[in-house]
Amino acid sequence: MAEPMKIRAAMQGDKVEVKVLMSHIMETGQRKDAKGVTIAAHFIQNVSATHNGKTVLSAQWGPAVSTNPFLSFRFKGGKPGEKVAITWTDNKGDKRTDEAIVTG
Amino acid sequence: MRKQILAAVVGFFCCVGVANAQNTQQEIERYRQMIADGNPAELFEAKGEGIWKQKRGPRNVSLEQCDLGKGPGVVKDVYVELPRYFKDADRVMDLETRIVHCMVTLQGFKPEDAKRNPFSTADRTSDMESIVAFVTAESKGSKMNVAVSHPKEREMYQIGEKMFFYRAGPHDFACATCHGEDSKRIRLQDLPNLTAQKDAQRAYTTWPAYRVSQSTVRTFQWRLNDCFRQQRFPNMEFTSDASVALTMFLARNANGGVFAAPALKR
Repeated sequence: MAEPMKIRAAMQGDKVEVKVLMSHIMETGQRKDAKGVTIAAHFIQNVSATHNGKTVLSAQWGPAVSTNPFLSFRFKGGKPGEKVAITWTDNKGDKRTDEAIVTG
Repeated sequence: MRKQILAAVVGFFCCVGVANAQNTQQEIERYRQMIADGNPAELFEAKGEGIWKQKRGPRNVSLEQCDLGKGPGVVKDVYVELPRYFKDADRVMDLETRIVHCMVTLQGFKPEDAKRNPFSTADRTSDMESIVAFVTAESKGSKMNVAVSHPKEREMYQIGEKMFFYRAGPHDFACATCHGEDSKRIRLQDLPNLTAQKDAQRAYTTWPAYRVSQSTVRTFQWRLNDCFRQQRFPNMEFTSDASVALTMFLARNANGGVFAAPALKR
């Protein structure tokens, strides 16, 4: 099971600003180790954020995103106390979902 | 007349050159502030807190009773007073030395096992980096306040000072060789002048840091170890007296500086 994400969600005016730090190696598949063997690609391919059951963000990532990615986005319609959930899935089928509560 | 115009044109370009250098510095600062928000060091702080509270080692005990200088279990604001003399070990210790001490005395680890794997490699992550991230984060915002009241603290400071200026190794480098003058750089990395207060404060208060190029938190023991490597010195032993002496010298010189770590670096 992958390590937990750090999520912060706070009101910025009438929008909710969400900041997520994900713990992931994001291996591009183009590096070689000390022996010259290619290190297998292992990176997040899909990210989705939901609020009250509705998807507010969906993203398709590739090997260009760095290790331990930071994602920041805003959406309308959220209020303090409500939950925002972030889910990522990677090319090996690993998956992780974490939640945060919107602060005022 | 032509000479005067030429002088004016040359003067103009010189001014533009200086203005550009200052602008670049400002832009770099602005960029650093922009990316400071998503510092992956926070992931290590969370992991470190978990390790701190987890029962481990032959005695199956957590580190929560470890005395880092302000009493057993107190983690808040300890880093800005380290290194310091610890009576129970009769030794001046920095944070990592003290953590190893607690792993041995509280958790029952053998010293070799506690000191194994201090720095993450491509194959293995280091728990020590996470623990240091957690403990140092609890000092963020406080002013550096290292004392040299105990005779052994004074001695360590003086040894550290001697080491800083001592030239050795195949290149005859001292720390001062790279860190003894203002406005120097190596390739595209600024070199802080550690003999000047402002630079000394800024440099020490931004370690430990998440090194983006290495995808992990690097500690002060790591930074000194890497300096030794760059000078082509023999390997600096983890938590050795030499490392503590240098740390004592540099930390004390940073007194008054506001601690800003775990920071984010290239």
